[in-house]
Amino acid sequence: MKQTRKRFLTTMVILTVLLAWGLVLNINLGSVHIPSGDIFRMVWDAARYQVLNLFTGGAYGPQLEEVIGASTQSKILFSIRMPRMMLAAILGGALAVSGFLLQTFFRNPIAGPFVLGISSGAKLIVGITLVFGAQYIGKISSAALIASAFFGSLLVVSAVLLFSQRVHSMSMLLVVGIMIGYICSAATDFCIAFAKEHDIANLAGWSMGSFSGANWGNVVFSAWICLPGLGMAWLLSKPIGAYALGEGYAQSLGVNVKLFRAVLILLSSLLSACVTAFAGPISFVGIAVPHITKTMLKTSRPAVVIPVTYLSGAVFCIYCDLIARTFFSPTELAIGTVTAAFGAPVVIVMMLKRRSTNM
Amino acid sequence: MEYFKTEGLAVGYRGRSLIHDINIGMEKGKILTLIGPNGAGKSTILKTITRHLARIGGTVAIGGKDIQGWSAKEMAGQVAVVLTDRIRPELMTCGEVVAMGRYPYTNAMGKMTAADKEAVLRALQRVHAIELEKQDFSTLSDGQRQRIMLARAICQEPQVIVLDEPTAYLDIRFKIELLDILREMAHEEGTAVVMSLHEIDLASKISDYMVCVKGDTIAAFGTPEEIMKEGVIESLYGLEKGNYNQLYGSVEFGRPEGEPRVFVVAGGGYGTEVYRLLQKWQIPFATGILHENDIDCPVASALSGHVVTAPAFEEMTKEQLEKALEWMQKAGTLIHAGTPIGSTNRVNGQLLELAEEMRFPIYRSAGEWLEAQRQNGHCGAQGAEV
Repeated sequence: MKQTRKRFLTTMVILTVLLAWGLVLNINLGSVHIPSGDIFRMVWDAARYQVLNLFTGGAYGPQLEEVIGASTQSKILFSIRMPRMMLAAILGGALAVSGFLLQTFFRNPIAGPFVLGISSGAKLIVGITLVFGAQYIGKISSAALIASAFFGSLLVVSAVLLFSQRVHSMSMLLVVGIMIGYICSAATDFCIAFAKEHDIANLAGWSMGSFSGANWGNVVFSAWICLPGLGMAWLLSKPIGAYALGEGYAQSLGVNVKLFRAVLILLSSLLSACVTAFAGPISFVGIAVPHITKTMLKTSRPAVVIPVTYLSGAVFCIYCDLIARTFFSPTELAIGTVTAAFGAPVVIVMMLKRRSTNM
Repeated sequence: MEYFKTEGLAVGYRGRSLIHDINIGMEKGKILTLIGPNGAGKSTILKTITRHLARIGGTVAIGGKDIQGWSAKEMAGQVAVVLTDRIRPELMTCGEVVAMGRYPYTNAMGKMTAADKEAVLRALQRVHAIELEKQDFSTLSDGQRQRIMLARAICQEPQVIVLDEPTAYLDIRFKIELLDILREMAHEEGTAVVMSLHEIDLASKISDYMVCVKGDTIAAFGTPEEIMKEGVIESLYGLEKGNYNQLYGSVEFGRPEGEPRVFVVAGGGYGTEVYRLLQKWQIPFATGILHENDIDCPVASALSGHVVTAPAFEEMTKEQLEKALEWMQKAGTLIHAGTPIGSTNRVNGQLLELAEEMRFPIYRSAGEWLEAQRQNGHCGAQGAEV
C-alpha cells in the first residue's frame, strides 16, 4: 500500500515535470523563435484578462484581443502553438484512456481504439464526404470532416455493440472488430477508385493524422467531451477492478456485467471517435501508453491507473507532436509516424515480456 | 428448516432444459456435494444457483426467499463463488484479489475501510495464506491460487458459498487442506457449502449431503451413507472397465481377461501388490484362500474372477483347499505372496506343502514369476503370449 502510494507520487511528479517542460518546449520551439520572457508575459496577460472576462461578463474583451493581436509572435503563440499543444494534450490523454478501457473490455493487452475498426469507419465516411460530397456541395469545410469522422466512428461502434449482444467470446468480438475494419477499408478503396487526384491527396493527408490546424474551438469542444469522459472512466474504477477477475467473478460481486460492458465500450469509443475526428487516426498511443503507465506504477488499480494514463498520454502526444513538428522543420511529419516509431517497439517488448512470465 | 433449497429446478442453456426436477436442500453449516461424470451438468446446476445462467424453471430459495428477484448487490452479499475460470489479473497482489470480495460492502469508489482490511486479513488467515498477501497473484502455484480464490469468497462474508470443482489441479495435500477449510467454514461460521467434486472418496467423507447428477434428472440425493451403496458409483459413472471400492475409496482398473495363468497364495494385505502388478501386465490370475474380511479380498475380487474365499471368521475348509488346488493346477504356476501361515489360514499352509510335494514351481514375487516366464519363453514384457 505504502509502496504503491510512493510509486504513484513519484510517477505523478515525473509526469508533471515532463508535461510542464513539454509545454514550454512546444511554445518555444518552431520556425519562429519566441523568447521565454515574452511568452510568460503574454500568457500571463492573456490569462489575467480571460479570468477578468469571466467575472465581468466580457468587459475586458478588447484588452484581451489587444494582447493576442499585438504582434506576429503573439498571434503565432495564441492562435497556432497554444491550441495545437492543448489539443495534443487533451486528445493524447483521451486516446490512452480509450485504449485502457478497451483493453479492460477485451481483457487483451493489444486491444486498442484502432483494432475495433473505429478509425477505418471514420476514414470511410471522411472518404465518402471528400470524394462524393465534393461533387455536389463543392468545398468541404474542416467542420464537415470532423462531423464525418465522428459519424463514421460511432457507426462502427454501434455495429460492434450490436454484435456484442450476440457474440459472447471476447476474442470473437475482437475478430469481428478487425473484420469490420477490413470491410470499411475495402469500401474506402472503392471510393478512392472514383476519386479525383486532389481528393485522394486530402484523404491521405487526413489519414496520416495531425494536430496541425487546431483552433480554440477544437480545443474547447474536445475538452468538453474528453474531460467528462475521463471523469466517467474514473468513476467506473470499482467495476473495472472487479472485471479484471473475469466476468463470472465480476457478476457474482454484484456488477451488472451487460450494462457495464455497454458503458465501457461506448465511453472508449466516444473518446477515440473524438480524437479521430480532430486529429485523424493516431496509432499505438492506445496500446503503448496504458502499458507504460502500469509498468511505472507497478499496479493495475484502476482508480490510480486511469488518471495517470491520461496524464502519460498527454505527455506522450505532446512530445511526439513536438518531434513531428520540429525534427525535419519546415517539413512536418505525420503524428502517426512518430507515435508508431515510439509505440510499436514498446508493444513488441511488452509481448516478449508477457511470453516469458505468463506462459 | 432448510436454508438452501431448490424446488422443481430445471437448468439448461438457451431455454432448453438439460436437467429438470432438481429438488435438493440443506440446513446452514452443512456441506452439499454434487458428483457425477464429466458433462453431466454439475457446473450447469451450480451456475444456475449463482445466477450466472438463467434458470429454465422451478425455484432456488435461500433463507426461504426465492433468489430470482434479488438485486445483484443482495445476491453478492449472500452468495460467493469459486469458479473454474482461470483468472489472469495483471499486476494484482493476492491481497488485492482477496479485497475484491469486499466489493458489495465498499462505497462507489471501492474505498477500503479499516473493517474491510481486517476482513481481508481474516480471510487470508483462514486459508493459511497470510504470507502471500503482498505477492503478485500471477506468480502463484495452482494450490496457492485456489486458496486465494477461496479467501476472496470468504472475504465476501456469504451465507452460501458455491464452489465448482475447487480441488481440480490440486495435489493431494492441497485437496485435503482446502476441504478442511471448507469444513471449518461450515461448522464455525454456519456457512452453507454447495460444491461439485470429482473425488468421490473425499466427497463422501466431507459431505453432509450428496447429489448424483446423471442424465436429465438427478439420480440420487441423500446423505453419503445413503448414496454410497455397492454399485452406485459404478453405475453413476458408467464404470464398466474398472472398479470403485466404497469402503476404501480405492479405484482398480479392469480385470485381465482369460484363463488364469498363475495362482497367488495371499492374505493379510500381502497379495494386493502382486494383484496390481499382474493387472498392470495384463496377466489373468486365480487367488486364494482368502477370508471374505481379508484386506486382500476387495482387490482380489476386483481384479480376478477366480478367487477362492472362506466366510469371515470361519475356519477354511477342505472343499476350499480342493478348489484352490484345482485352480493352481490349471494355472500351472504359483506365487507365494509372503503371507505368514498361522492357525486361521493353516489350510493355505497345506496348499503350499502340497504344491511343493508336486514339484510345482513356486515364486516369491510377481517379478520373479515374470522373469521365469520370460526365460521359459512363455511371455513378453506385457504378458503377451509368444
